[in-house]
Amino acid sequence: MTDIWRMIARRLLLGLLTLFVISLVIFGATELLPGDLARELLGQSATEETLAALREQLGLNDPAPVRYWNWLTGVLQGDFGVSMATQKPISELVGARLGNTLFLALYAAALSVPLSLLLGVLAALWRNSIFDRASNAMALTSISFPEFFVAYILVLFLAQTGIFPSMVRITAATTFGDRIYMAFLPALTLTLVVTAHMMRMTRAAIINLLASPYIEMARLKGMSPLRVVLRHAVPNALAPIINVVALNLAYLITGVVVVEVVFVYPGLGQLMVDAVTNRDIAVVQAIALIFAAAYVLLNLIADVLSTITNPRLMHRR
Amino acid sequence: MDKQVLLTIKGLQIEGRSGDAWHKIVKGVDLTLHKGEVLGLIGESGAGKSTLGLAAMGFARDGCRISGGTIDFDGINLRTAPEADRRALRGKRIAYVAQSAAASFNPAHKLIDQYCEGPVIHGVMSREKAEADAVELYRRMRLPNPEEIGFRYPHQVSGGQLQRAMTAMAMACRPDLIIFDEPTTALDVTTQIEVLAAIRDIVRQFGTAAIYITHDLAVVAQMADRIKVLLRGDEVEEADTRTMLAAPREDYTRSLWAVRSFARAEQAPASGTPVVSVRNVTAGYGAVDILKDISFDIHARRTVAVVGESGSGKSTAARVITGLLPPRRGEILMGGKPLPASFKARSRDELRQCQMIYQMADTALNPKLRLRELIGRPAEMYLGLKGRALEDRIRELLALIELEPDKYIDRLPSELSGGQKQRIGIARALAAEPALIICDEVTSALDQIVQEGILKLLDRLQSELNLAYMFITHDLATVKSIADEVVVMQQGVVVERGPKSDLFANPREDYTNLLLSSVPEMDPDWLTRLLAARGGNA
Repeated sequence: MTDIWRMIARRLLLGLLTLFVISLVIFGATELLPGDLARELLGQSATEETLAALREQLGLNDPAPVRYWNWLTGVLQGDFGVSMATQKPISELVGARLGNTLFLALYAAALSVPLSLLLGVLAALWRNSIFDRASNAMALTSISFPEFFVAYILVLFLAQTGIFPSMVRITAATTFGDRIYMAFLPALTLTLVVTAHMMRMTRAAIINLLASPYIEMARLKGMSPLRVVLRHAVPNALAPIINVVALNLAYLITGVVVVEVVFVYPGLGQLMVDAVTNRDIAVVQAIALIFAAAYVLLNLIADVLSTITNPRLMHRR
Repeated sequence: MDKQVLLTIKGLQIEGRSGDAWHKIVKGVDLTLHKGEVLGLIGESGAGKSTLGLAAMGFARDGCRISGGTIDFDGINLRTAPEADRRALRGKRIAYVAQSAAASFNPAHKLIDQYCEGPVIHGVMSREKAEADAVELYRRMRLPNPEEIGFRYPHQVSGGQLQRAMTAMAMACRPDLIIFDEPTTALDVTTQIEVLAAIRDIVRQFGTAAIYITHDLAVVAQMADRIKVLLRGDEVEEADTRTMLAAPREDYTRSLWAVRSFARAEQAPASGTPVVSVRNVTAGYGAVDILKDISFDIHARRTVAVVGESGSGKSTAARVITGLLPPRRGEILMGGKPLPASFKARSRDELRQCQMIYQMADTALNPKLRLRELIGRPAEMYLGLKGRALEDRIRELLALIELEPDKYIDRLPSELSGGQKQRIGIARALAAEPALIICDEVTSALDQIVQEGILKLLDRLQSELNLAYMFITHDLATVKSIADEVVVMQQGVVVERGPKSDLFANPREDYTNLLLSSVPEMDPDWLTRLLAARGGNA
């Protein structure tokens, strides 16, 4: 067990290092953006004096390393700075949106992960059957259309008829039940988008193992096909399945921009789009860093789970 | 025999699919097995032994189908019975022991969980009862720590022990019939004896009938009451073991019996500067020393066989010589001059001098390259041959390994047989014009008749091209036929070395003696006698 803790500690440190590098990249990328922030804020008619005063106030005259250092130390203390557009603290702005995004991601994950694992296992069990082909075809169809198209199709059939709302108006006061109801369409859109990937990976990982001698052994011991798949194939296919699930969960947090815009869902993606439009650089930086952290954390969890489920790594000779 | 008949197979035909066509793997074989009887099935690879063994369980692998004949097990027609009925028989009344226990145990579960699965699912006994029973069977299979060993994962148990644990697992429901599919082929000779003895005892104790599949005649002679010889899906002949060994009727059977006749004359010990000298080498991985202060020489036109069990350091010694594993202490001399420890520091000419041939020709040849490129690359890289000269050299090399250049030069490895692939491995090594060729178990994946062809080829090439061979093997029959000198290794130490005739005639060390006496002989009483001589736990 000490081995696993040591591994987690090492991976956490590596994750922090990755985030540090990413923060450099994010900062560098925003530095490269053309345009003068002060002029953006004050407009074309501003005089040179007022521009100079604003630059001084925002610290824009400091050299880049100094500004990076100030930004980074702020971030480490939970202070992402102030939004230029709204003049509110970014942590406040992002906090509520992050909650909404995580809610939608978990909602979609709760629908898609069990569904895709179930479909994947069944497709492997009845491989090359009608069921296998049909589920494959449907999954591929849903992944082949762009997200916004899937979203509009759902709106057409499920919102125009008045069953579910096409716009998600969530505030701090909205009850859990209402949230589930209102966020159903975006969650369903995301489910349709990510299920195919996870299902096909589950199916492939299991089928890949079905030619193994130990699977033949299980069949020769008289085990039923379902037991062969669940007890003998799935435990050995967990590592690739866990990794593809983690990758898709990360996508659910970071890749939902389009879906949030379509359904006017008050999440991080919407906020990011708005911030980019307004040249609200500090907000863009904060959200980019949060997205990166989500990827790093989910991959770390996937690695730890893959290790725990592999007896060869857990029980040394 | 007046015993009750357990299994009757009549006119059995099995087909396998290749592409769109079905071709016959088993072509109308009859088989009768009585209760408590052991039938040996022998033949080369492709004879249909395993396919026939599996058919006795009413099972055909994916891509195969049973297309004709009847299989009657104790009054149940296994061809017409519903799948659920067949499944209820498998593991309960007919069990299977596979060739590689390491691959056939599920890596995700403990041995005891895999043992108990059969008895519990088939409703033979409760989990508690099955666990207690497992300990008893582990003890009878002479596994160390029978109470504890079941709670390990397969990767924590050695190959020989896994094979015994698998036999115990097959016994779990006390079946009427067990199919043993080459259960000792992957084991060292010394381990093989223990497993053979344990299998033979437990089969006799429980009066279980068995079909014992192997390509090793000496092994089948110890295990079987009757022997059936198969060739390309057809029966050649069948007789009880002693009759078959003493007086085989068919030419093919006689040719199997005579295979190990090839033996070349031993060369006198060489003098002068050796091609390669291993000097006091200590090497290993991590903190562990695999090789401990080993030394030996290899001279031109001589074959040095390095023998020992798996884990004794044979292949590690080859890695040190080739520079893949720099030694911690000691050095390698080539033609009297010290070689840089790592291959990275060696000159191209130094690399050229020493080539390797591998056990698995399948994985050692790039499947996407044609023979022209496979053989041409080293000739081009080491000797700078180009154009016409390169083409001529490739053709010359193909002729040298007895493959017709015009027919083979543009083939892919997948268009060759196992023995032909190994010949390409040899040609690729020769293309560099080396002084030393290291042969790592080059014949152990091949049938005996094919092995013989490869050994004869290597012998001819050695005298024509003045080659030195380092021959790594655990097969002492191969050593007998081709070696001049023998180096015996055990746990990283050279236990004994000397000319082959001396070593085989009077081994000085106990370990050498153990190794030599463990090679199965064609005498059906050999195992019984050997076990009695070793302190009688038979």
